[in-house]
Amino acid sequence: MNNKDSAGTNFKWVGKRTRRPDGPDKVTGRARYGDDMIVPGMLHAKILRSPHAHAKILSIDTSKARAFKGVKAVVTSADIPDHPLTKPPYGPIITDFHDISCNVLAREKVLYDGHAIAGVAATSERIARAAIKLIEVEYEVLPHVLDPLEASKPDAPVLHDHQYTHGVDPEPEKPSNVFRVVTGGRGDVEKGFAGADIIVEREFSSQPVHQGYIEPQACIATASEDDSVELWTTTQGHFVIRAFCARLLNMDMARIRVTASEIGGGFGGKNNIYAEPVAIRLSQMTGRPVRMVMSRSEVFRATGPASGTHTRIRMGAKKDGTITAAEVDIYNQAGAFKGSPVGRSIETFFSAYTIENIRASGYDVCVNRPKVAAYRAPGAPMAAFAAEGTINELASRLGMDAVDIRMKNAVREGDQSLSGIKYGQIGLLDVLEKVKSHEHYSAPLGPNQGRGFALGYWMHGGGLSSVSANLLDDGTIAVATGNPDIGGSRSSMRVMAAEELGIDIEMIKPIVADTGSMGYSHLTAGSRTTFATGMAVINAVREIIDKLRALAAKKWEIPVEEITWEAGQAETGRDGIKALSLKELAGMATKMGGPIAGHSEINAGGAGAAFSAQLVDVEVDPETGFVSPKRYTVFQDVGRAISPDYVEGQIQGGAVQGIGWALNEEYVYDDQARLQNTGFLDYRMPVASDVPMIDAVLIEVPNPNHPYGVRGVGEPPIISAPAAVANAVENAIGITMSSLPLSPPKVLNAIEQGQAEKD
Amino acid sequence: MARNLVTATINGDEVEFTCSTEQTLLDVLREDLHMMGTKNGCGSGDCGACTVILNGRPVNACLVLGVELDGANIETIEGMAKGNELHPLQQKFLDHAALQCGICTPGILLMAKALLEKNPDPTESEVRFGLAGNLCRCTGYDKIVRAVLDAAVEMRASKS
Ligand code: FES
Ligand code: FES
Repeated sequence: MNNKDSAGTNFKWVGKRTRRPDGPDKVTGRARYGDDMIVPGMLHAKILRSPHAHAKILSIDTSKARAFKGVKAVVTSADIPDHPLTKPPYGPIITDFHDISCNVLAREKVLYDGHAIAGVAATSERIARAAIKLIEVEYEVLPHVLDPLEASKPDAPVLHDHQYTHGVDPEPEKPSNVFRVVTGGRGDVEKGFAGADIIVEREFSSQPVHQGYIEPQACIATASEDDSVELWTTTQGHFVIRAFCARLLNMDMARIRVTASEIGGGFGGKNNIYAEPVAIRLSQMTGRPVRMVMSRSEVFRATGPASGTHTRIRMGAKKDGTITAAEVDIYNQAGAFKGSPVGRSIETFFSAYTIENIRASGYDVCVNRPKVAAYRAPGAPMAAFAAEGTINELASRLGMDAVDIRMKNAVREGDQSLSGIKYGQIGLLDVLEKVKSHEHYSAPLGPNQGRGFALGYWMHGGGLSSVSANLLDDGTIAVATGNPDIGGSRSSMRVMAAEELGIDIEMIKPIVADTGSMGYSHLTAGSRTTFATGMAVINAVREIIDKLRALAAKKWEIPVEEITWEAGQAETGRDGIKALSLKELAGMATKMGGPIAGHSEINAGGAGAAFSAQLVDVEVDPETGFVSPKRYTVFQDVGRAISPDYVEGQIQGGAVQGIGWALNEEYVYDDQARLQNTGFLDYRMPVASDVPMIDAVLIEVPNPNHPYGVRGVGEPPIISAPAAVANAVENAIGITMSSLPLSPPKVLNAIEQGQAEKD
Repeated sequence: MARNLVTATINGDEVEFTCSTEQTLLDVLREDLHMMGTKNGCGSGDCGACTVILNGRPVNACLVLGVELDGANIETIEGMAKGNELHPLQQKFLDHAALQCGICTPGILLMAKALLEKNPDPTESEVRFGLAGNLCRCTGYDKIVRAVLDAAVEMRASKS
């Protein structure tokens, strides 16, 4: 690295606003997303889905569908291998191939409205749609359960007879919907509460919300007679899709080659396999490419939302605002199969604070809803909703300022998160100070308006990334990563590569390569790509620089140690030797030894913690209960903004998703647990007229574990949003609000009840 | 299934196609003409990803039937740039980073174009209400609104 000063003033590209490399294709309609691919001779597939929330499958008769003109193949779970259940010890994230197999196509039971049962491939989508209706399924309908608290009770209908709660003492004798109880803590909670001057105890609930990506899942599988498969799909991680499909279908990994299409939004929802294995099986059966595109209602009924939650929380503080103790129980809906992000919820509640005495328990609960998937900072927003709401109440009961109470308890370098991760250089205090000094903090409010504040914490991930960079004869460089670009990562990769090399960004062409051409790269998720894959880009480019220095040494016949790389050229201190530019060196490379490339395969660690604080003003219509956000400011420690435009974009998008979570979004089921709002009209995500401008205040406390200080930015902005919005509503109407979403009927009811109590 | 012969003008070119009565304009564009720039986010008129301009008015292509299009004039995203010169809105979307994943972008660009043709000097609120039928899940709309307002300034300047 060429002597980057920490204030960032020396950078040529880092921190500058540059046009993104994939921009022109996206504004002209040329970019190809999942559904934009056509393969000659392809068949079209559709999936039959369960109309019941919970039922035994007694029989499936596909004969009429098979006989229908134009139908080429039908698959059921009988055509997909089953796998044994995962055994303990269980990691934080559970990938159970028995569950995945049962979710891809239901086996003995259907577990939610929309659960896939059979797939049909036909010569047109219309025929496939007609044919699935001819499949006859006999069900024995069973009682269902949707709510995590209800589902945790001993007499609740049980989804899985084989599931006994893990992590409780004594070992249970009866199967349960609670898959496991995860606990965390430190200190002595009773002692902590005994030392408190004030204790706040509350219950909070939140509803499942969908990631809401605008592009539905879509894929095309092309199987060949030699057992190889090409898969085109929209995903956040094609290497993961390859691994999952190979494992599920008992195939050799190297025989599956996955190409990631451009991705039309994911937010965690495109980390999983749904239709891909079905399309692969149908293609294997027919010998033809098979295309499978989900409809919007299939996306809502059968792909993963974030967990709905129920939380009981208790916090105690001294008069000076020192929080002495906190305890919490959270029930997270896992959906039909185990694996809600309980560990992340627990980690989120209190990790921004130095509370000495903590007990936190998380219940991972199966219910008759689609299996949850990751959604931007999985597990965190609902935890922050409860913890931050409680801290706001502590502050107001103590007569303390909402930011001051957090400053009093804020973690600093050397403190630990709940799970024991020691913080390095972090920016929490910088963030809080910025809030206090910002004009928004003390700006006057209008009638029926309230201001809310909340803080969010997220521990970022790093992980496996591979990069291959190739220097071409003309001095341009192709940089290939294995990470789908979901929000501008190609732009960041290009910036970092150009910065290292000291050349114009236009000389770098970043691409997303398929699984056949690259080493393994983990998902584009958890805000890891610019951090981890970015680090691999830097490594790969440095390898190129070293090779270019060696080439110059050869050319000049001097020791390589004497050669430095500055501003895009090889230089030496010796008189009379003229520097060689990247372009000149590239031109001589093939004649003087061979092509020059750099690559890097890493497991990046040390992404570190980030904090996002939010201030929001809302106006509540006292007649209707309608809440309108009027002003919104996000303060976030971003480490270093490689591409500030896309950092701001992540923050703005995350905050608005949080507004939707807080105010509108929820699933509506009928009494048979059939999902009623399976479209965007009734599943109401924020539209442009619902929200104000979102001011993003970037605070840069560089992460010492990344060459440019990157921390990751995508997750934190959603975490504090629901809590901040709810707090604003509370301050506008003077009533505590503990159940999301704060939809107009709920807010109106609260206003009227508050009125009745006053009268 | 019986197919009807339809002749329409798409991005200035006369195009002849056949379609069945159940096919929408979106189906015709994507499946038959392989013009994939018009996106399908819902197929039910709720997301705006399929916005095109039909006889001068923005419509959801998923709500228009193919057989209605005889003699119609249709503008899609593929016709927005003139040759390789981007439309000012396209330029401003790039300058303002008004897209992340970009799936909503073609629809929003056409809706914005129709909006500015009707109202060349909109307020922020008018832009927000004008785009209220176009969902974007990535950007929070901030940079989109700024890009449209900025494009309006430039387009007014180049007219006068
Ligand atoms: S696809 Fe037409 S409005 Fe969504
Ligand atoms: S940029 Fe992704 S939906 Fe708008």
